[in-house]
Amino acid sequence: MTAEDVAAALHDAERAGRRLRVRGAGTRPWGRPAPADGEVSTAPLDAIVEHNEGDLTAVVQAGVPLRRAQEAFAAAGQMLAVDPPGGGTIGGLVATGDSGPLRHRYHAVRDLVLGVQVALPDGTVARAGSKVIKNVAGYDLAKLLCGSFGTLGVITELSLRLHPRPPATATAVQRFDDPHALAGAATSLAHRPIEAEALDVAWEGGEGSLLARFAGGAAAERARDALPGAEVIEDDEALWERQRAGQRSSGGTVVRVSTTQRGLGAALAAGPRAVGRAAAGLVWITLPDGDLRAVQDLRERLAPAPCVVLDAPDAVRDALDPWGEIGRGELELMRRVKARFDPFGTCNPGVFVGGI
Amino acid sequence: MDGSLDLVERLRAACGAQHVLTDHNQLRTYESDGLLQYRELPAVAVLPANGAEVAAVVRACHAAGVPWVARGSGSGLSGGALPVADGVLIILSRLRRILEVDLDNQRVVCEPGVTNLAISAAVGPSHFFPPDPSSQVVCSIGGNVAENSGGAHCFKYGFTTNYVCGLEVVLADGSVVQLGGKELDRPGYDLHGVFVGSEGTLGIATAITVRVVPAPESVRTLVAFFETPGRAGRAVSDIVAAGVVPGAIEMMDRLTIDASEQMAHAGWPEDAGAALLVELDGPERECDARFEEVRGLCEGAGATGVVVARDGAQRDVFWKMRKAAFPAMGRISPHYYVQDSVIPRTRLPEVLDRIDALSREYGLQVGNVFHAGDGNLHPLVCYDGHTPGQAERAEELAGEIVLACVRAGGSITGEHGVGIDKKRYMPKMFAEPDLAAFQKLRCAFDPDGLANPGKVMPTPRLCGEVPGPYRQHPLEAAGLAERF
Repeated sequence: MTAEDVAAALHDAERAGRRLRVRGAGTRPWGRPAPADGEVSTAPLDAIVEHNEGDLTAVVQAGVPLRRAQEAFAAAGQMLAVDPPGGGTIGGLVATGDSGPLRHRYHAVRDLVLGVQVALPDGTVARAGSKVIKNVAGYDLAKLLCGSFGTLGVITELSLRLHPRPPATATAVQRFDDPHALAGAATSLAHRPIEAEALDVAWEGGEGSLLARFAGGAAAERARDALPGAEVIEDDEALWERQRAGQRSSGGTVVRVSTTQRGLGAALAAGPRAVGRAAAGLVWITLPDGDLRAVQDLRERLAPAPCVVLDAPDAVRDALDPWGEIGRGELELMRRVKARFDPFGTCNPGVFVGGI
Repeated sequence: MDGSLDLVERLRAACGAQHVLTDHNQLRTYESDGLLQYRELPAVAVLPANGAEVAAVVRACHAAGVPWVARGSGSGLSGGALPVADGVLIILSRLRRILEVDLDNQRVVCEPGVTNLAISAAVGPSHFFPPDPSSQVVCSIGGNVAENSGGAHCFKYGFTTNYVCGLEVVLADGSVVQLGGKELDRPGYDLHGVFVGSEGTLGIATAITVRVVPAPESVRTLVAFFETPGRAGRAVSDIVAAGVVPGAIEMMDRLTIDASEQMAHAGWPEDAGAALLVELDGPERECDARFEEVRGLCEGAGATGVVVARDGAQRDVFWKMRKAAFPAMGRISPHYYVQDSVIPRTRLPEVLDRIDALSREYGLQVGNVFHAGDGNLHPLVCYDGHTPGQAERAEELAGEIVLACVRAGGSITGEHGVGIDKKRYMPKMFAEPDLAAFQKLRCAFDPDGLANPGKVMPTPRLCGEVPGPYRQHPLEAAGLAERF
């Protein structure tokens, strides 16, 4: 299968008035539940097209599993600096804008995508961006497609910026029994020039921890310097796997809160269990299974911080808008963008904000 | 311009008569931006005082069907703020208030006319705003947003787009929308992300929310000298391959060193074919260890000498050499033409050879100064505009350099933007479906094509109506016609 085949399938569906579900590995069943007449899968687009080690760049097809790409990059001592939980494809990662603890140092996946190839419902295959790490020619459609949930077209290929994989890491862990004290300590660390690899918080059952991860030869010393008196763990991967796991739930409801550093304490205190990125102000709160009321309470309590429902039982997903409120002017402009790229609602109709 | 009198009256009512310029001599101040090769007089120039006045101006233009161009400090190098004849030039230099310094959340909200450097000044010394174009003393944050500006430190820190998280935008119909905000990962399309770098064709940002970050604890700077730029390029590859991410890594060739010496007087060796400026910043412990590694790598790659800046003053001299390169070139050549192409870093030696060959073929000197870490070249094609035909030859040579970079897998522009200057190269980098996709975006924001028309896209395009929900045509249903 090629990108042109995907575009042809989209165009056929457009002409026939059919709605297609766009799917990678199917590991992030998020958004509004919406009916579809068929499915287009990126799974067959599974080639690592280029890995330019000397340039720290790569070109991969959308269906490549993130894990496989990371293994290939790691063989050269490199990585795509995005570490969301679970598996999934690179296309799915980009389409959902998912992230993990490395977000702290390396920003979001939107900041690591250099170029994109997309199959559009008009039957064309378009490219934007480039394969070099610096480029301002043309519109940055990759930004538009990152986090667009397949509603504008099907991402078929991505060019990516890679980073050196750190040879060693160490994490300082400090415990807290008050969410606001935890948030205060975490954000004050975020204001110091310590260049942490990751800076996370975790809260559950009335206690929590601050985790500051450092990389490089002096990682352990830097961890001790950053949080004097804290426990420093050099074999730290399990700690971070737990942080990532906190962004998912098999039976409960996960709400991703976009807040500010000042709002971090309130977000941690708002739910029974949470993990978060302290500097970025992103918190994933897990609520007991099927509890619709709890989601509504959370939104009211943390308003106007956007609270997006990710993993959730069907009963919750069916009963509320997972995206929450969007500003009217902004939503209207989003609809205009959708109308230009996918005028007949062929690609993932209904799953996105405002029923886009 | 039909109905121009009405429009001028409306602009005067919106902004005050003294802020609406129609006099030929006054308008001439604004006939070019930083790229002086292009000139155009607008019908009217207007200097609104705030976002509400900008919206009123744009609404008036929309009502009159008159195109407009937004201008910040006018320091852009691609002609992006070149006025359109018979159009309105909207000058944003009066919108220079920092609206909010929210250091608790590491955010600054400001108007578009605020200078790049003023943002760092407002949050220093504990924090700074990383994108640092060489023109940062004068260039405006609104212009940085339009161009997605970079700078010397973007190899490590990223570009304007990585730091903008919210925008208040006046759309081409005069409506005002808030895109993004202080929070990250807000639901919906990343419209502020796609707005950054759109070169004034999607609207005017009237309030800009940026992230600021802690200033590094330690900064160490060295300059290493090499026999040729190719050898310096090898040092760059070795440094990057070792996993070092320098804050900045800049290269100058002999011609640009000569030019800069006339302004900065650094006293660098006269026999060096290239100078490599390497700056590491970060936590002291990390910085010191890595700095020795970098020095060793430079020496291993054949550096003929390495000078470490002993203090801030010497560091300033190093940077003055680098930043003087453009203005200093004017002292050794009557005119020069700057390119902004990007190549994959590993292709540097072959592209430099190609530039050398072109330089000899055209009989014109080409100076090379570039952001070596990210492969962003700034070839300076020297010429004498008073010699008939030389300007044209210089432009042709510059075009050949752009093509060599695109063929090497690169880009026609890394930070200056396409504007008017590079739009003719767009088809070298993008195919028709790519340009058509760009146009879809532009039409979503500005269906009437009033915002900075004639820029970015290689040929003018109109926006059709959005096709309605699909209905099968009766002939098609009968099997008599195929849609195309």
